[in-house]
Amino acid sequence: MNEILKYTLMIVIILFTLTTIAAWLIWLERRMLALWQDRYGPNRAGPFGLFIVVADTIKLFFKEDWIPPFAEKAVFVFAPAIVAAAVLLSFVVVPFAPDILVADLDIGLLFFLAMSSLGVYSIVLGGWASNNKYSLLGALRGASQMISYEVFMGLSLMGVVMLSGSFRLTDIVMAQKDFWFVVTQPVAFVLFLTAGIAETHRLPFDIPEAESELVAGFHSEYSGMKFGMFFIGEYLGIILISAMVVTIFFGGWLGPVLPPVVWFTLKTFVFIIFFILLRASLPRPRYDQLMEYGWKIILPIALLNLLITGGITLLKN
Amino acid sequence: MEIAFYVAGTVALVATLMVITRHNPVHALLYLNVSLLAHAMLFYLLGASFAALLEIIIYAGAIMVLFIFVVMLLNLGKETAEQERKWLKPKVWMGPTVLAAVLFAEFLALVLSSGQDAYSPAVVSPRELAVALYREYLIGVELAAMLLMAAVVGAAHIGRHKKLVLHRFLREEKEKEEEKHEETVL
Repeated sequence: MNEILKYTLMIVIILFTLTTIAAWLIWLERRMLALWQDRYGPNRAGPFGLFIVVADTIKLFFKEDWIPPFAEKAVFVFAPAIVAAAVLLSFVVVPFAPDILVADLDIGLLFFLAMSSLGVYSIVLGGWASNNKYSLLGALRGASQMISYEVFMGLSLMGVVMLSGSFRLTDIVMAQKDFWFVVTQPVAFVLFLTAGIAETHRLPFDIPEAESELVAGFHSEYSGMKFGMFFIGEYLGIILISAMVVTIFFGGWLGPVLPPVVWFTLKTFVFIIFFILLRASLPRPRYDQLMEYGWKIILPIALLNLLITGGITLLKN
Repeated sequence: MEIAFYVAGTVALVATLMVITRHNPVHALLYLNVSLLAHAMLFYLLGASFAALLEIIIYAGAIMVLFIFVVMLLNLGKETAEQERKWLKPKVWMGPTVLAAVLFAEFLALVLSSGQDAYSPAVVSPRELAVALYREYLIGVELAAMLLMAAVVGAAHIGRHKKLVLHRFLREEKEKEEEKHEETVL
């Protein structure tokens, strides 16, 4: 009974913390973007403009939640929930600290890949159910982009699995006691980060919603809290990819002096800010360029990395 | 855990039934997806966690997305749903149902006579699976790889085409470039 209570409490705390951080990320992003563009950004409501998030949330809740009459109603309502649910489920396997984790699955890494592959449905179904040309185009782009980059994401991680000999995320963290995997697998790190940006469809890879060509892409027809779900799902995705990069390549919770959770949070926030910096600095590539880049450059490099890692592992044994 | 097994089994059955009876193809595919997720759950509960996640990653996460992708492009409207409704008459599904029921009865009799529990988990780790796949069943893996290779070559052949430059300015530039290239070659 005690065990069940402990895990329930942990799940509730993690869920609450994650959604809160995801909401405040909107403020962080706007402030950081402003900083890099020589502006102030939101700075009126509350200290440092922090309460802008509260204002935004209230606004989202009170907007008219409109379902277009030409939309496919059931799927239209259902689609935004998938992305948030899939990303939140992935956090089940993320080890925040040695004793702060929900489930230490022996196939944790695969679970993360499986959940991130289910996130595609949100975009595909949202775009299709909207019954709008721009939305459908966004959905098509999103589907092909995410399916392609999932492949590279999985392939880039297999080198790490070879070195640590396990799919369990705690094992992968503990295997980095001497040096981080970013030292031994630098190529895999770059590939994983690229694929991660494409998976969360953040700038520069936000081609499914490219507002200059597709209005707002797959979520053109969405309003109110349904749009909010897409929005929060995107920010949760950023946190998830940052947390996974830290867990797999930057030693997770490992670090001197400070407690493990603090190390994990610090490292994760470095990558979250990197995501925001990318948005501030890079233009969006053309859609066919993105696909070509994926299949003609990233895939061969990922396979080569796998081959070399395998060869070295065999030689060492 | 046995309760979870039977719940997942029921979900899989109901979802599969819905796949067959839906008139809207996208709805049918979504139910197929639910059915695949329920199957993954069954695999997991029986101890094959690796197979369970592969089921989600490959079937639910990739193949089904491509199915939905194609159906989305076909732009099927109300007429198709109407057509499907016309096709789904008792005359059409009676025969196959009777045959399937006979097969199901045989299957049930076999399972019941074996005296084994339906739910008897045996945990298989990813490592054991890999060893079995690359030692005992190596030939199968190699044959599958060859088959896939043939498919890849075929796809590459179909997908190959000359790059067309459609814009007139670009065409002029390209022609100029070609001329230049020819000059340098000469």
